[in-house]
Parts: sequence; C-alpha cells; structure tokens
Amino acid sequence: MPFDIYDFTSLTQWIDTSLNDRLSPFWAVVAEMAIVGLLILVFYALIGLFLVYAERKVCAFMQNRLGPNRVGPFGIFQTVADLIKLLLVELVPIRNADKFLFNVAPFIVIIASFMAISAIPFAKGLHAIDLNIGVFYVIAVSALGVIGVLLAGWSSNNKYSLIGAMRSGAQIVSYELSVGLSLITVIILAGTMQLSEIVQAQSTGWFIFRGHIPAFIAFVIFLIASTAETNRGPFDLAEAESELTAGFHTEYSGIKFAFFFLAEYMNMFIVASIAATVFLGGWMPFHIGSWEAFNHVMDFIPPFIWYLMKTFFIIFLMMWFKWTFPRLRIDQLLTLEWKYLLPINLVNVVFMAFIVLMGWHF
Amino acid sequence: MEEHLKNSVTDGQEEYVLNIGPQHPSTHGVLRLVASLRGEIVTNIEPHIGYIHRGIEKMCESLTYPQIIHLTDRMDYLSAHINNEAVCLNVEKALEIDIPDRIKVIRTIMAELTRIQSHQLFWATFGMDLGGLTCFFYGLRDREKVLDIFEETCGGRMIVSYNCPGGLMHDIHPGFQKRVKEFIEYFRKTLPEYDQLLTGNVIFRERTMGIGKLTLGEAIAHGITGPTARASGFSCDVRKKEPYSAYDRIKFNEVLFTEGDTYHRYLVRMDEMRQSMDIIEQLIDNIPEGPYAVKMKPIIRLPEGEYYQRVETARGELGVYIISDGNKNPYRVKFRSPNFVNLSVLNMLSKGFKIADLIAISGSLDLIIPDIDR
Repeated sequence: MPFDIYDFTSLTQWIDTSLNDRLSPFWAVVAEMAIVGLLILVFYALIGLFLVYAERKVCAFMQNRLGPNRVGPFGIFQTVADLIKLLLVELVPIRNADKFLFNVAPFIVIIASFMAISAIPFAKGLHAIDLNIGVFYVIAVSALGVIGVLLAGWSSNNKYSLIGAMRSGAQIVSYELSVGLSLITVIILAGTMQLSEIVQAQSTGWFIFRGHIPAFIAFVIFLIASTAETNRGPFDLAEAESELTAGFHTEYSGIKFAFFFLAEYMNMFIVASIAATVFLGGWMPFHIGSWEAFNHVMDFIPPFIWYLMKTFFIIFLMMWFKWTFPRLRIDQLLTLEWKYLLPINLVNVVFMAFIVLMGWHF
Repeated sequence: MEEHLKNSVTDGQEEYVLNIGPQHPSTHGVLRLVASLRGEIVTNIEPHIGYIHRGIEKMCESLTYPQIIHLTDRMDYLSAHINNEAVCLNVEKALEIDIPDRIKVIRTIMAELTRIQSHQLFWATFGMDLGGLTCFFYGLRDREKVLDIFEETCGGRMIVSYNCPGGLMHDIHPGFQKRVKEFIEYFRKTLPEYDQLLTGNVIFRERTMGIGKLTLGEAIAHGITGPTARASGFSCDVRKKEPYSAYDRIKFNEVLFTEGDTYHRYLVRMDEMRQSMDIIEQLIDNIPEGPYAVKMKPIIRLPEGEYYQRVETARGELGVYIISDGNKNPYRVKFRSPNFVNLSVLNMLSKGFKIADLIAISGSLDLIIPDIDR
C-alpha cells in the first residue's frame, strides 16, 4: 500500500509493547485506556472549539458579515473567550425543577456523543475501538442523546422546554430509521459493519462512486436525516428560537448550557465523520483511475488530513443549508420522513441488494 | 388577566396554556399572547396589550400641534414619516392652507422610501420568524441605504420628524436626488435576491401557503386595512381612494390578491416595494421649484371643529381625528392605528393551526406593538 508511510499501527504497537515491558498487563491496559481517553477528550474539546468558530465564520460570510474578528487574529480565540465566560456564568437554580434529572441531562447528551466519537477511524491505525459492529454501535450510541434531551425538557418545568423535548423525541425517533436504512444500503455493498474494513474496502474507489445511484441516494438521505437527528436547521424544531425561545435548553445556563451547545456541534461532527467514512472513503486519498502521477501525489497527503477535509466538507454542507433554509413545521417534518424518505430508502435498499447480487457495481 | 390563566389551568380541561411574550423573540416587541394549545394545535389566542402604553393621545391634549408631530413618530416607528404627514395634512386642512407642489412631491418621495424600508424590515423579520436567520441580515443591509438617505435629509434615521405644519423642517440636501436614484438602481438589483432566498423556497412556500386564510368578508368586517387586507382582495389603498400629497398625479397599481393567506400577505408587500420604486422614479426627476415651507403663524390655533385625515402607512390606514376648541392645544386627539385593528384577526386566523403557524401568521400581519398600545 502506498500510504503505509502514514500508518499509525507501528506507533501504537510500539507504545503498547513498551508499556507492557514496564508494567504488569493489567496496569498497561489501564494506562492505555487513560492515554486514549485523554487524547479523545482533548481532540473532542479542540474540535468543539473549532466548530463553533467555523460555524460563526461560515454563517457570517453567508450573511454579509465578518463574524468574530476581535479576539486574536481573525477572532480565532473568540470561542475560548466564550468558553471562559460560560464557565464563569452563574448556574441559575430553577425552582420546582426535578433537580436530579435536570443536572444529569446535559451529561447524558455529552456522554452519548463522546462514546460515538471513539468508534470513528481517524486514520490507518488511529482508532480507539475497532468493533466488528462499528456502524451499529455508532447508531445505537448516538441515539442515546435523545434521552438527555427529553429529560432536560421534562425536568426544567418549563412549557417551552416540554414542547421542545416532545418535538425532539418525535423527530429523532423518526429520523433514526432513515439514518439506519441509508447506512444499511452501504453495509450491503461493503459486506461488513466494521468501520476500519469499510474504509479499507474503499481503497479502489469510494462507495459513493462505486455504488451507482443507490449509494448516491443513500448519501443524500443520510445527509438530510442526520441533520434532522442532530437537531440542526432547517430541522431545529426542538430549539426553534422564534417559536420556543430556546426549546429544551431554555432553563439551562452557564456550563450546563455549554454542554448542550458542545454536544450539538460534536454530534454534527460525528455524523459528518460517519458520512465521510462510509460514503467518501474515510481517510482514503482521492484517486482517479489510471492517473498514476496524480494518485501518487494524493497519497502524500496524510490520511488524517484527508479524513478532516472530507468531514469538514460535509459539515460545511450542513452549515450551508442551515443558514439558507427556513425551518420546517413539525407535521411537515414527520411527513418528509414517513411519506418520502422511508419509502425511498426501503426501495433503495432492495435496489442496492439487487445490484450487489448481480455484481453491477465497480 | 392572572385569573384567566389560573382558571384555564384548573378547569380540568386538557388545554396547555402557553404564555408567549411579552419578552419573546418573535412578538417583535412587548406583545403578550396567551395561547391555549392542544398538543401543538392552537385553540385560542388571547392578546394582552398595554405593555408599552404611553398615553400618546392624552399627551397630545397638552401639547401644541407642531409638538404632536414628534409624538407620532413613536407610534408606528417604521412609518414615522407617514405618521407625521397625517398630522400635518390634518392641520393644513383645518387651516385651509395651500401647500406648494414641491412640498407635496418631497413628502411623497419620503413616504414611499419609508414604505420601502418598512417592508424590507418586514421581509427580514418574517424570514427570521420562519427560521431563516440569513434573511434578517440581507433585509437590514438594504434598509441601511434608505436610513442613510433619511439621515442625510433630516438628521434622523428612524424617528425622522421631517414634516411640520405647512411644509418641511428644511429643504432637501443637494445630493438627495442622486442618492435616491442610486438607491433605486441598487435595490432593483437586490430585490430579486429576496425572491431567490425566500419566495421561491419550497420550505417557505409549504410553511405559508394556505395558512391563516382571511376572507374578503372577514377583512371588511374586522376593518382590516393595508397589505393584510389587500391580500384578501379588499381594495382599500387610501393613496388611490382619497389621494393626498402627490398621489393624484402619479400612476401606480394597487397590489391586490384574493387568496388572503400568509403567503399572499407576504407577496403584497414584495410587490408594494416594486410599486414604491416606480412611484419614486416618476417623481424624483421632477421635483418642482418653490419654497420648502409655507410661512405659518408662530402659534398655530385650529378653528373650532372636528377634523379627520387618513393616510396609507406601510401597515394600513392611519386616521388622525382632531377636535379643536380653538386653543393652541387640541381638545382631543384620536389615532385610528392600523395595527390595533389588524391584531383583532389574529385569534380567528390562527385557530386550528400549529404554534409555528401562529408565529408565521402574526409575522405576516406585520404588527408594530407601540402602534397598538400608543
């Protein structure tokens, strides 16, 4: 493989053996878990900070503005300043709220997204857990977040929050189906649910190109459904600023609000990562048939950069339609899922199965 | 007010009472709507007004006529110039003063610019009410150009107070015509952007078409005026029916639709911006020479009697009713404000629709709260 120069496996194996030499097997595993946990936590925080900044800049340029430009060069430290502010803000105690559930809700949301991010392959060998049911695990874990949203809405003892939470429940439960089915379409093509193998299978061509029309349909549906699942515009009914002030997190302040805020951006990052991994070849470089020189140049871009480029491209798409479309109404949202996306998706799965059976894909 | 809330909760009915406002992002001011819901569906809306009541009508009784004009800015602050004009026209009518053409033409141009900037802000906030935040910035970007013209002309951007009984505060500045023409040229180019961003959008059409239908009969029965009524087919443009200032000498179409839903209330305003630009283009090159104000007595006293003048603001028909007892202060002033009347159909229109539709409908009525309360 030409891109073996960027293989992280040797690095991780070296760390593993050197730890095992010095420590007992049990403590070696503990130390590895601590290192991996810490790295993911740092990555998580950095990506969160960057995405908030990116969203503000992207939306500013779409809206004829400059966006943050005071704190640091081009305002890159704006989100850091915001974070410090959010940490210092008073946590307003809510009377008549269910204190336990109210406090636990933001953690459920953030833990769900934290668990999902650990299954994503960032580069060859750079992968926290490589489960053989990776896709299934990610779908299952990211669906847990809705429990946090529902609890937040219920325990706030606020009417806006409750409406927001109920909307969110209906929305996420519906769109889970489309996310799952569109991923199943690709799993049929890949023949595996292990994320690292799905990426490896795309070394000869990304699934969006190899899978003909059904893969493309699945990609579009995944993009729509995952935007809805992460509660982002134009599907941000759970927050619906102009209707429900701030929806399910109306009563949250300070760092608890920041948790919801961060989780929203991380969920966006996770679904974009999955889309990049499953449809756009993950960390695989972009190759064109027999253009040897071109392919070779592409190989020299590190896989981690490829992965980030694809992910941010999808994030940009999601921001793009957030800042151009008005919001849907709840009945239109459910109509879109149950009357259009789900039937199309079901037909699409059968279509894909047929193509794979006949061997018509590349 | 509070009792009502208690009762509807304790009645044991399955109604979920939601208090929208007075501080809420989409009531555009301090309007409070007590909404009874069944799930997401609105069963009843009870508007509570008076949060920004300043007693303008009562204050007018202790002020002189030139002073009253400055208070009318604060009613419908987006039609400030047109409100001023209404009072001035009424005072001039009472004193039977002949107003030179120059004043009439300048007043009309300014009034149409006011209408354009008001509809621009409507477009901006209506998009925002429906969740399209980008509209807000595009609307305000173009509105800024009109406000700059206002600032150059009279020093004020929103609260213009450019009229005074007998004419204008001062003459237009030398670059006025050039700046207005530049703006018209610019806005003819940017107005199609509005259609691209919102009017043609599938989600927008789905959200607004067939929502909150107001029939012609209902519009007339409730006394609805302005773009809201014209979307239902009620021809009520005061500029056509009872031309004042320079409206009798220009050609323009009254924008009329018959559907009366939220989408057509929106379309009326979009077309009115085009009509306003046509009106300005007809007038801007032939502003007649002459004085910018008629010499008035230092203290204006209206002869004893009752006077009424109506004008077409950006939101409908504004009537100014003055009873004078011959003093320098009016005996009684009554403003027939369009927003107060237009608010009366909100409950009827939004019954049976969803909360999101309620926001869209109240956005399409384009309510200005200080004009409701006065």
